[in-house]
Amino acid sequence: MLKFLKVTTALTLLSAPAYAETFGLGRAALPEEIAAWDLDVSPNGTGLPEGSGDVLTGEEVFADQCASCHGDFAEGVDNWPKLAGGWDTLADKDPLKTVGSYWPHLSTTWDYVNRSMPFGNAQSLEPDEVYAIVAYILYSNDLVDDDFVLSQETFASFELPNQDGFIVDDRIETEFSKWVGEPCMTDCKDSVEVTMRAMVLDVTPQEETAGAEAVLKDEEVLVASTEPQTETPAEAPEAETVAAADPALIAEGEKVFRKCKSCHQIGEGAKNRSGPILTGIVGHAAGAVDGFKYSKALKNMADDGLVWDEKNLAAFLAKPKGFMKGTRMSFAGLKKEDDIAAVTAYLSSFGD
Amino acid sequence: MSKNTPSTSRRTFLKGAAVMGAGLAASQTAAATPDPLITEVQPWASGLGDGVDATPYGLPIKYENDVIRRNVEWLTADTISSINFTPIHALDGTITPQGCAFERHHSGAIELKKSDYRLMINGLVDRPLVFSYADLERFPRENHVYFCECAANTGMEWAGAQLNGAQFTHGMIHNMEYTGVPLRTILEEAGLDAAGDLKDKWVYVEGADASSNGRSIPMEKALDDCLIAFKANGEALRKEHGYPVRLVVPGWEGNMWVKWIRRIEVTDSPVESREETSKYTDTLADGISRKWTWEMDAKSVVTSPSPQAPITHGKGPLVITGLAWSGRGAITRVDVSKDGGMTWETARLAKPGEKMALTRFYLDTDWDGEEMFLQSRAMDETGYVQPTKTQLREVRGENSVYHNNCIQTWWVRPNGEAENVEVS
Repeated sequence: MLKFLKVTTALTLLSAPAYAETFGLGRAALPEEIAAWDLDVSPNGTGLPEGSGDVLTGEEVFADQCASCHGDFAEGVDNWPKLAGGWDTLADKDPLKTVGSYWPHLSTTWDYVNRSMPFGNAQSLEPDEVYAIVAYILYSNDLVDDDFVLSQETFASFELPNQDGFIVDDRIETEFSKWVGEPCMTDCKDSVEVTMRAMVLDVTPQEETAGAEAVLKDEEVLVASTEPQTETPAEAPEAETVAAADPALIAEGEKVFRKCKSCHQIGEGAKNRSGPILTGIVGHAAGAVDGFKYSKALKNMADDGLVWDEKNLAAFLAKPKGFMKGTRMSFAGLKKEDDIAAVTAYLSSFGD
Repeated sequence: MSKNTPSTSRRTFLKGAAVMGAGLAASQTAAATPDPLITEVQPWASGLGDGVDATPYGLPIKYENDVIRRNVEWLTADTISSINFTPIHALDGTITPQGCAFERHHSGAIELKKSDYRLMINGLVDRPLVFSYADLERFPRENHVYFCECAANTGMEWAGAQLNGAQFTHGMIHNMEYTGVPLRTILEEAGLDAAGDLKDKWVYVEGADASSNGRSIPMEKALDDCLIAFKANGEALRKEHGYPVRLVVPGWEGNMWVKWIRRIEVTDSPVESREETSKYTDTLADGISRKWTWEMDAKSVVTSPSPQAPITHGKGPLVITGLAWSGRGAITRVDVSKDGGMTWETARLAKPGEKMALTRFYLDTDWDGEEMFLQSRAMDETGYVQPTKTQLREVRGENSVYHNNCIQTWWVRPNGEAENVEVS
């Protein structure tokens, strides 16, 4: 009955030697280029660079780079992923899947931290920092002691608790035979009762109106952009005298602000996330957003009268931890002065 | 009624609908007074509309501005790493317009210029190569229509009826006509002699965005039907769908359709990256988890009537319609039940099913105005019949998130309103 097309065609596909014809397109990849992009790490440790990191160093790096989303103890903030705990919950309802309770290979943790984290500043960590963060994640899962050092050498011998917790897809064996053949068309069951209703739970978003507005806004933008280009230069001199209102700079700043968006919201409807609302921040006193839990470091500087004028903001954005030792903002800083000017212009474009 | 009532907007809408429906019988009725829309000259029949170029790239008319992607805010921590849903309840036919096709990003939708685009192929190949976008356009290319379904589509419904609308329960899917170069062509250009026996080899594919999303694909699939795609529905891919180049993996879960694809590595084992171990694996009742569950099983849903698309015309002629698809081949048949699965009627397929593409079905019926428990049940060319949620739970328990292809039930009330329910 079942026709597994995949299996029958596969043999032909794999045995066909038709590699004779090539097109001569592309160019040879240079070793440096391959080294820059080929970063993935396999379960046996292939792909790991030299290096090492210990739990205590990891705790510091984690606090700086990861804790704003994942919590100081890898317990997760808000809806961000929990990295620790969940031991023995996989067979429960709503299992807690963490590095310690679920992930089968340590290589996956190293590889993911190295290539994809921190969120919004990926591929900025040194190998030793990655080793240290991974060592700390193991520690926060009670899998190692606080004197543990993770290195390229100790890596391959380390096994995660759930490494044998996976089987290869067996749907064809366990499910297909149950669900094939001519299905029932009449008298398939005696009665039908409602056993659960979505409206009782009531978690469906109701946003018909909001959605309609969003589309109209886009339409306005599109219409605006179709105005003749020649009008723009005529307005430019005026824009130069009021630097803060330079639309091109603000637009540039909006792009830079993408680095900030994972933690900060701005403008109408903005809410505190892992960072405070930034509406009206330029020129305002530090530490003054209602309902946001600031770090001790920021509170102290705010008590000393810190105001986010352009000079202070520029210094903070260039090197957050240099300007404010102990800030919870896990952002390395903006390297380009142009980016700082642009993002400041963007922030300034949102008044109170 | 429960203590929770529908939103004001929907209630108002339904009230209007009920008034319209009242008194309508199955045969034509006479109008009481002449319709001013006909007897009076309307502004659009007298004045002028927009000239050409009013919108150099057109959007749908404002009267359709509720046909948009929607997000379920509580699902994820942040929209940068999140998903939204195609408004399937309001679409017809099978092709999804790019502008309302669901988005799923892990580090946001990036802006990558064609001139900055590079595709590398390395690993167990004879010649590691780098291609520019222009290079890709010089390989022989193909056109294919395929659906792309997120493995988590319908995932929120495992534990019970949860979201009230086909968009939210089944909208992590789109269906487009792709133009691209077979992945096989690119692999052969780099040469596979170095890989030796291809039977146990893998291809790791990786995106250029900050999430560096990567998946391991068995060589057999890579050589079969995967496409390096750069056009969808005739135009360039949208930013949110991986402009300028994405991978198309027909019939397999959407996470493998790597967007902004920048690297293809031939390997002798799977990388076991984050997206193929900690995510996109399926935990069974005993705590053991399935991995490599790539194919999307046969599935269908009635898109109208449905909670966001209630019946507004009272009893009489009614078009029941929906979508069916299978990651293992073509849809051969769809049955529809109005009584929660006690009896079934075979629906009409708008066109014969195509492999790994959406199939539109219709059941043209005469509604008696009584309540219905609407269901649809898809069959594909392997003989597989879409299971009920109870059947799925018997095998998998309730801990799964992904690959929920159960039969969906809409409870349609005499006033035409529909609700997502589970039935015995």
